Amino acid sequence: MFRYVIRRLLISAVILLVISFITFVIFFALPSNPALLACGKTCSVQRLAEIKHSLGLDQSFWTQYSEFLKGLFAGRKFGDQSVLITCAAPCLGISFKTDEPVLTTLFNRFPADLSLALGSAVIFLIVGVGLGVIAAVRKGKLIDKVAVSGALFGVSLQSYFVGLLLMWAFVDKWQILAAPGYTPITQDPNAWFQGLILPWVTLVILYLAMYTRLSRSSMLETMGEDFVRTARAKGLSRRKVIFKHALRAGITPIVTIFGMDLGSLIGGSAVITESVFGINGIGKLAVDSVTDSDLPVIMGTTLFAATVIVLANVVVDIVYGVIDPRVRLA
Amino acid sequence: MSTTKNIPAQKAGESSVSSQNLLEVENLEVHFPIRQGIVFQRQVGAVRAVDGISFGVKPGESLGLVGESGCGKSTTGRAVTRLLEPTGGTVRFDGEDITHKKVASMRTARQNLQMIFQDPYSSLNPRHTVGTIIETPMKLNGINPEGGHKRRAQELLEIVGLNPEHYNRYPNEFSGGQRQRIGIARALALKPKLIVADEPVSALDVSIQAQVVNLLQDLQREFGLAFLFIAHDLAVVRHFSERVAVMYLGKIVEIADRETLYSRPQHPYTHALLSAVPEVDPDGASNRERIRLTGDVPSPINPPSGCRFRTRCWKAQDICASQEPPLVQLIGSADGHQAACHFPEVKQVVAAEVTPPAPASAE
Amino acid sequence: MAIELSPQSVDVNPPSSFLEVRDLRVHFPTEDGLVKSVDGVSFSLEKGKTLGIVGESGSGKSVTSLSLLGLHKGSRAQVGGEIWLDGEELVGMSESQMRGLRGRKVSMIFQDPLSALHPFYSVGSQIAEAYQVHHKASKKEAKERAIEMLKRVGIPQPERRAKDYPHQFSGGMRQRAMIAMSLVCDPELLIADEPTTALDVTVQAQILDLIRDLQEEFGSAVIIITHDLGVVAEISDDILVMYGGRRIEYGSVNDVLKSPEHPYTWGLLQSMPHLGGDVAQRLNPIPGSPPSLINLPSGCAFNPRCSFKEQVPDGRCTVERPELLPVLGSDKHIAACHLTGEHKAEIRRGATSGAK
Repeated sequence: MFRYVIRRLLISAVILLVISFITFVIFFALPSNPALLACGKTCSVQRLAEIKHSLGLDQSFWTQYSEFLKGLFAGRKFGDQSVLITCAAPCLGISFKTDEPVLTTLFNRFPADLSLALGSAVIFLIVGVGLGVIAAVRKGKLIDKVAVSGALFGVSLQSYFVGLLLMWAFVDKWQILAAPGYTPITQDPNAWFQGLILPWVTLVILYLAMYTRLSRSSMLETMGEDFVRTARAKGLSRRKVIFKHALRAGITPIVTIFGMDLGSLIGGSAVITESVFGINGIGKLAVDSVTDSDLPVIMGTTLFAATVIVLANVVVDIVYGVIDPRVRLA
Repeated sequence: MSTTKNIPAQKAGESSVSSQNLLEVENLEVHFPIRQGIVFQRQVGAVRAVDGISFGVKPGESLGLVGESGCGKSTTGRAVTRLLEPTGGTVRFDGEDITHKKVASMRTARQNLQMIFQDPYSSLNPRHTVGTIIETPMKLNGINPEGGHKRRAQELLEIVGLNPEHYNRYPNEFSGGQRQRIGIARALALKPKLIVADEPVSALDVSIQAQVVNLLQDLQREFGLAFLFIAHDLAVVRHFSERVAVMYLGKIVEIADRETLYSRPQHPYTHALLSAVPEVDPDGASNRERIRLTGDVPSPINPPSGCRFRTRCWKAQDICASQEPPLVQLIGSADGHQAACHFPEVKQVVAAEVTPPAPASAE
Repeated sequence: MAIELSPQSVDVNPPSSFLEVRDLRVHFPTEDGLVKSVDGVSFSLEKGKTLGIVGESGSGKSVTSLSLLGLHKGSRAQVGGEIWLDGEELVGMSESQMRGLRGRKVSMIFQDPLSALHPFYSVGSQIAEAYQVHHKASKKEAKERAIEMLKRVGIPQPERRAKDYPHQFSGGMRQRAMIAMSLVCDPELLIADEPTTALDVTVQAQILDLIRDLQEEFGSAVIIITHDLGVVAEISDDILVMYGGRRIEYGSVNDVLKSPEHPYTWGLLQSMPHLGGDVAQRLNPIPGSPPSLINLPSGCAFNPRCSFKEQVPDGRCTVERPELLPVLGSDKHIAACHLTGEHKAEIRRGATSGAK
């Protein structure tokens, strides 16, 4: 198992390297001029050249890419004698726009994503799997039909719609909740919770549907397995048959999907939810960086998302090994 | 019991491999590598599925290959038809060495060498009609029979006892026995000389098994087909094959014509196998000697030294661990009867000639 | 032992036999129609005895065994008839009452131990769980009991092997573990559904020996379900031959295998080659395939595949369902066939003279 994890991590590093390269290539293929943006409205040719030079944009593609890689391990220095910005390793560069090291920006934004992702994921996993199990056990009964059609309804909704609707209802009309937003939990746990309720609910509505359907079909499959019949033949109670025997085996495909979803949520995929509720997360940062042609931030957010997803995959595999002893030994 | 002395008059396999064989297998080895490593995978061992076996099949003859799961009999079948690449030894078909031939350059051998599989459910593509399934091998091999592909396919359906009008149906419309017939029709499409049948009846119901066995026998007689008949059911193999080879852990331990092998087996493993077959005759069962093997078949990754059967053999002595017994003919035994044992002994395990307790059919 | 001549005759009183199944019916409603998997099956069994239920796929033999455990309860299956086990009637019993019997009084060995054992739990813990369902035992006690059972069924190093998972066992060892699990609560009725079909012949012999030894030791009643007449011959006292969800022949092993009375039983015996048989003689298969359980042939369900139906006058085989009638000169051998004793004797004479 240990060797396996090491191997997976090494492979992950290679994947990340490839992703960083591809992002670089795409950026250079795009017809944008970040120096012009940084230069502002009153820009002279000389000033533009200076900026280009200070950002390193006057160098060749390969030089820039190798500088970037070097920075990852050794750190970098930016600017000239007048303004010197040091960026310690692992350095992802500094933002063209704010001159702040990208890593610092990422770290500032990360807690918002983590809160958003973890909070909603815990809810949609537990509720979704719970509903799926109930639907599977009571297949064809009313609760199954409600769960299945509810799932279909949820899956066809969009986050901007749900988000705005919830805001309108809870904040504007009934005024039960304060305007949503992100407050660090360390600063005020209550505000943190209050501000995130609606974003969580929005995400839960979107993801719940899939988890209900997935766990329903997975449970239906395992309920038909021979070992579930054996469990019944032993005289086990219905609850034990369902939760200890059927669900334990039926959970594996859900673990895979959950790992991916959680990874991409932490990595900033809930962009629309972030924007609807005005949460400054990594998703929003990524979108802004593209509009600003802010290469280091684009690189940073891309690599960050990729790292989280790749790591989530490794974690999923390890969890798999814990659940399924057959994988453990292979 | 006649005690025979072990005289290595012939080297392993020599007697059975002669020039007139349609299929000649010599020292065939199929090893599956086991790889391990963090970045670069290196080979740390091998599953020795088939580990040096030799046999021959004459035109029109049926050779049975029996043994328990994991003995390498199916792997042998797949290596012979080149669905697997042998890692050692040679396979000659119709005088041509096909051991490492590229699939594209062995068209003629491919035509003459066909395979029937065990599972009639997964070996037919569910999205193709029966007609397509049977015609495809003809088209791939550029065979244009008189009257066209369709007529030939319908003719084949009739030969295997199916209705030619079923040409446009899909496999899922057929029962297991009928599907196996479709598989047989497909194998016959290229007019092969040898068919490797890998457990062709073991997935079928008892009453259907007999139908398929009879069909295969009819085809063998009518078209002069040779068979490599792989099965774990000793009675079916005896019924179908004139010669039978017994495999254990990647080796042939005994080979003989069926009369000899079933009535005067010499290898202890053959004795154990035969004595374990449950028989219907309620009287005969109690008279038979019961030999019960203990333990499990050892791993083919680390087979025992010397004789591979010694870990479960009640006769094993020191020599069995140090020296591998060659597959040889014993003095006084029937022609072509070879066994690989240091202490062979002729033993009658099966009761002779049992008349079945039920009447024959009305005809 | 009471012989029921007609499948319709149902006694009102609890029977004296340890197990008595009366006119059992298990029907499954499907979109295509009602599948009558078991349609009026009766048999009885005493403690210490073994019954072999023989039939091909779709004959209803496995469905019969599952209904003995009440495993159709809570599904869409419609179960009718009576199952009396040691004075208790199981068909009308509630699920929770039935649960108290499962694994303790009746237990089952399934065909494919790899899929019947849970892949994610160790063998020892699965056996221990089966013990704890019916006994107030601590984890440690249950574990010790599991190890003891593994030892009983002949698994070497049981302390170590108990911690292994099913996939780490060989096929034969897995079936031994399955047997250990089904015997952990000393059941009085053990049902083995094709216990050796997935196994090699030498392992099959070991497992059959084991079942026989354990039966002698515990004195349980055993039902063995199989398609292999050889297995039945080795291990059973009685045989029930099923076809299309109905019983067509029932009697002691000696009677049924030595002088089978039903053409389907003849067919089964003749379609399989024997180790000592004459290889020059062709196998004599049963023509056609097993019937559809939704639309069983009228009259005798076997009639479309029967070579002897012409010998029964007036085409009775296709219109009139034959009753199970006692065979002359035997105490409990019954068969459902319109052929008369003389006809059968004639067919037998013809067969023996033909063979010589």
